[in-house]
Amino acid sequence: MSASSLDSQVTSLAQSDYTHAASGAKWQDFLFHKITLLFAALVLLVLVGILVSLIVGAWPALQHFGPGFITRIEWDPVNDEYGALIAIAGTLITSGLALLIAFPVSFGIALFLTEICPAWLKQPLGTAIELLAGVPSIIYGMWGLFVFAPLFADHVQPLLQNVFGDVPVIGLLFKGPMMGIGMLTAGLILSVMIIPFIASVMRDVFETCPSVLKESAYALGCTRWEVVKNIVLPYTRIGVVGGVMLGLGRALGETMAITFVIGNAHQLSWSLFAPGNSIASTLANEFAEAEAGLHMSSLFALGLILFVITFIVLAAAKLMLLKMSKGEGSK
Amino acid sequence: MSLDVLQSDNPIYRRRLLKHRIGILLSISAMAAGILALLWILAVLVINGLGAIDLDMFTHTTPAPGSDGGGLLNPIIGSLMMVGIATLISTPIGIFAGIYLAEYGEESRFAQITRFVTDIMLSAPSIVIGLFIYAIYVANVRHFSGWAGSYAIALIAIPVVVRTTDNMLALVPNSLREAAFALGAPRWKVATLIRLRAVKAGVVTGILLAVARISGETAPLLFTALNNQFFSADMNAPMANLPVVIFQFAMSPYDHWRELAWGGALLITFSVLALNIVARIVVRAGKNNV
Amino acid sequence: MNSVLLGDPPVASAHDSVTIKVQDLNFFYGSFQGLKNIQLDVFDKKVTAFIGPSGCGKSTLLRTLNRMYDLYPGQRAEGSIIYKGKNILDKDVDLNVLRAKIGMVFQKPTPFPMSIYENIAFGVRLYENLPKGEMDERVEWALHKAALWTEVKDKLNKSGLSLSGGQQQRLCIARGVAVKPDILLLDEPTSALDPISTVKIEELISELKDDYTIAIVTHNMQQAARCSDFTAYMYLGELVEFGETDKIFLNPSKKETQDYITGRFG
Repeated sequence: MSASSLDSQVTSLAQSDYTHAASGAKWQDFLFHKITLLFAALVLLVLVGILVSLIVGAWPALQHFGPGFITRIEWDPVNDEYGALIAIAGTLITSGLALLIAFPVSFGIALFLTEICPAWLKQPLGTAIELLAGVPSIIYGMWGLFVFAPLFADHVQPLLQNVFGDVPVIGLLFKGPMMGIGMLTAGLILSVMIIPFIASVMRDVFETCPSVLKESAYALGCTRWEVVKNIVLPYTRIGVVGGVMLGLGRALGETMAITFVIGNAHQLSWSLFAPGNSIASTLANEFAEAEAGLHMSSLFALGLILFVITFIVLAAAKLMLLKMSKGEGSK
Repeated sequence: MSLDVLQSDNPIYRRRLLKHRIGILLSISAMAAGILALLWILAVLVINGLGAIDLDMFTHTTPAPGSDGGGLLNPIIGSLMMVGIATLISTPIGIFAGIYLAEYGEESRFAQITRFVTDIMLSAPSIVIGLFIYAIYVANVRHFSGWAGSYAIALIAIPVVVRTTDNMLALVPNSLREAAFALGAPRWKVATLIRLRAVKAGVVTGILLAVARISGETAPLLFTALNNQFFSADMNAPMANLPVVIFQFAMSPYDHWRELAWGGALLITFSVLALNIVARIVVRAGKNNV
Repeated sequence: MNSVLLGDPPVASAHDSVTIKVQDLNFFYGSFQGLKNIQLDVFDKKVTAFIGPSGCGKSTLLRTLNRMYDLYPGQRAEGSIIYKGKNILDKDVDLNVLRAKIGMVFQKPTPFPMSIYENIAFGVRLYENLPKGEMDERVEWALHKAALWTEVKDKLNKSGLSLSGGQQQRLCIARGVAVKPDILLLDEPTSALDPISTVKIEELISELKDDYTIAIVTHNMQQAARCSDFTAYMYLGELVEFGETDKIFLNPSKKETQDYITGRFG
């Protein structure tokens, strides 16, 4: 083919060809927008669907027991008397304990990874911590029940009872039979589960602190610890709180790990050694066999309460983390 | 102020230095504790579970309570089927939704809300998802089924795929998109043929991570797929699956069942961790190419 | 351009004593050599300016004086920097104490995420346990020294970040002098500021040198000419010429210095 005939082929695209392609493209873009929008809308739809189905399922119980449902302690399938307090308390106490332990440990890990760790170790250690997050929750439950709990019962619980047992108020926390399972154990296992999440967020957030700010503190003669505690942590505090709340959100909804070690008892007790129940563990244990009626409806009500609490906590966490990244972007 | 550059006798400084050393020590201990926990869990799994892993586990169905022999064939098949179907469902939905967020996320309030909600759903309690599927599906068809189980874990996988796709697409440099637009390409082609293709490794990672996540999920299956003692490939009936079987066997008083539970636990954990590691390798390779 | 360009030691009056003596200093970023065989004297209560084109090593040199580079593995210095009779590059030197005596202000203003009062008190508390009254005095004194007192005296509890750029930088200077160091290192302190703030800070420098030895890195030659007593001209990691500022700017010994001063390059 000669060059000139090639040229004539190329220049033969008329204006009409362009407009034709262009309007075709417009339709395609429109369809594309709508289709992808539809799929994205599905996610929102699921959220709404969850809320609606939970409310519908919970309605009979809520109507029957009224708002007092939240403060009632009974949970008696035989006599159809239900109240959410035991489960809510169990959820909040185990999550609270988990957070109490997870926060300093996560801080320590984040500090290590950002300030102390030699460069070649950062990747493998960081990955190792993230793998902890990948271990399925049921595994934590089994480890907790079969390995951790016996050790806890034999060594740690007697120690705690000996040291604190006679102290006026705190002693109450450590009274009672030492079976290894119970609120404290559940809280401990849960903390191991949420540490990788909180530590990851903290590490990411610590790394956003400008090095010139840290150098200013070092230039005054601050020690490494002081720089992180007094400069990095306050600078990133919004993000840190966001990370902690993310961990809390996860802890609240955790099911299998808790179900293995919480003891599954419908009772409230001051002692952390006592067995109890969380919302998730109650659902896991009872829902499959529950008969339609007040029992199942009360379980739905528990699910609704859990979903609402978790949603609020996670939304707050997300807002804080967004605020943090916006603030740093504007600097 | 007497400060000698060699050292200082200043008591305030001494105390600060002590605090620093304690702080660093605690930090190192925290890290060590984390690694120790991981190693401990893995060790426990191997010690207790390795004995149960043999050919029988993969070829025999679950044994009756108290009896010997048997294996985990039906739960393994059941899990593979449900995870497979859940992945088939969640992958296109997740990718398309992720594309929507990446393409129109800046300009649309709706997209921002969706992204927000997706991130929340990422950490939402999985047992509530089970309740949801129960309420809208199981209650209506009046029986537990493999389909119900698949739907439940698909709902858990979708936010993972959406999030990873969205994040990966955002990594594509603007200059690449602009070059494509400058040629006159329509928006949908830029989004898929150019942008998506540039990060396909990352998107595959998202899928792998989603699979890893849902393989280990127990709670959403508890009242959707329930469980099945016998081998059944009928998706319309209760379906055996590894996590629920492990749950049942582990909590039982029968030694052999417990042994099988550990074997299953070992199987799941190492599969999940392997998937996680592979996903990490894939994403690192993908990021280097962008 | 080889080393050993210094020739005669800088001319100084009989009263000038040397606070920091840099001898045979070599600096490495990994395998890249950032400073080559530096010989330099920093004179007491005088302002010494380091000038030169980008990448010449002036900031690198400044940051060796308080061993700031130590934070980053892979960066190392060889040679000696004698301060108070001791080579501060030795391993047994306590860096925290060293940095308390040799303060530094950075190019970008870096107020800590605390109140104005706390920004200053923070550094003081590291080494002194002052009762509230004395601490108040010290804070006020430091803010006066930085010519910031009148502007912030009614809002000491507000965040340091609420100040303007120029004010923030003066806050950083106040923070630096509050701990009563011997030496102040200023790393391009005005390059991120507007002209008015720049003038204020240059005035500050000429007041501060009554009490402190100052070393300042600047890419603005005129600033060096205005503010400093001694100037060191650096190029590609080497110290090309060092001497009294007047001499360097009006009658430099080396052609390279002349070329830079007259704007032939850089």
